[in-house]
Amino acid sequence: MVIECKHVWNYLSDYLDDSLSPETKELVQRHLEHCEICSAILDSTRNIVVLTADDRVFELPVGYSERLHARLAREMGGDAAKAREDTGD
Amino acid sequence: MNVDRSDRDEAQMIASILAGDKEQYHDLIRPYERSVYKMALSFMKNDADAEDVAQEAFLKAFRKLADFRGHAKFSTWLISITLNEARRRLRRASAVPMESIDQTAEEGGHVSPALLRDWREVPSEALERKEIREILIEAISHLSPIYREVFVMRDVEEFSIDETAAALTITPGTVKVRLHRARMMMQNELAPKLKNANPRRRWFQWS
Repeated sequence: MVIECKHVWNYLSDYLDDSLSPETKELVQRHLEHCEICSAILDSTRNIVVLTADDRVFELPVGYSERLHARLAREMGGDAAKAREDTGD
Repeated sequence: MNVDRSDRDEAQMIASILAGDKEQYHDLIRPYERSVYKMALSFMKNDADAEDVAQEAFLKAFRKLADFRGHAKFSTWLISITLNEARRRLRRASAVPMESIDQTAEEGGHVSPALLRDWREVPSEALERKEIREILIEAISHLSPIYREVFVMRDVEEFSIDETAAALTITPGTVKVRLHRARMMMQNELAPKLKNANPRRRWFQWS
């Protein structure tokens, strides 16, 4: 059985997650072997997924963690926090 | 989310916090500071609002900690609180919504990928460049909310399909459908832009 490009596209996301049935996976694989365009679509999609998962994409603002813990200390109402930083708000 | 929990007993930490050892909450959340911020920024689009949402989410999680029964993972529970906080802010900010935040229906139409033959992998070192990071973040922000939340959970935060489904209270099947469409939309927008991002070629493209 041969499948067309358009059908292959529908499987690319599951293919990347390796959640296709063995039969479908093989069909897609066989198509990819000889189809330059679908291979390029798969490679580019995989590459984009790899890039977006990289921690460098979202930079934390300088001092984010410090401000977060300072606010938590103020508002959680812990006794230790109160003693350290009693701002009265 | 890639957090090494091998030496952490979160259930025990949560029990101690609820029993009064509030200081432990600081340690409990430390591994999740980054992922909560990323989720917030995917929705708020500016650093200050994202930080505000992140702080509120951590505070709400603290106040509601007694409701956390361990039926989900703490990370999943925390991220769904973050998402709700972001949605609440957006709803409040837009008296006339520009986009439907609570849209649940699947959008119709077929999403076609960008057709290329000559894709050259963009190395992760390209992320050292600010404009590449901005192109990626902008593309995520162009996804409509139902696709963006699935994409961010799965491909930015790296939650599993089942964890994503649990946090968003949708079925794993719906996660897969939305994720597929989101990835195709990302490929469609980004592949043509990133094609020129190979460091060795940048001067030919932008000079």
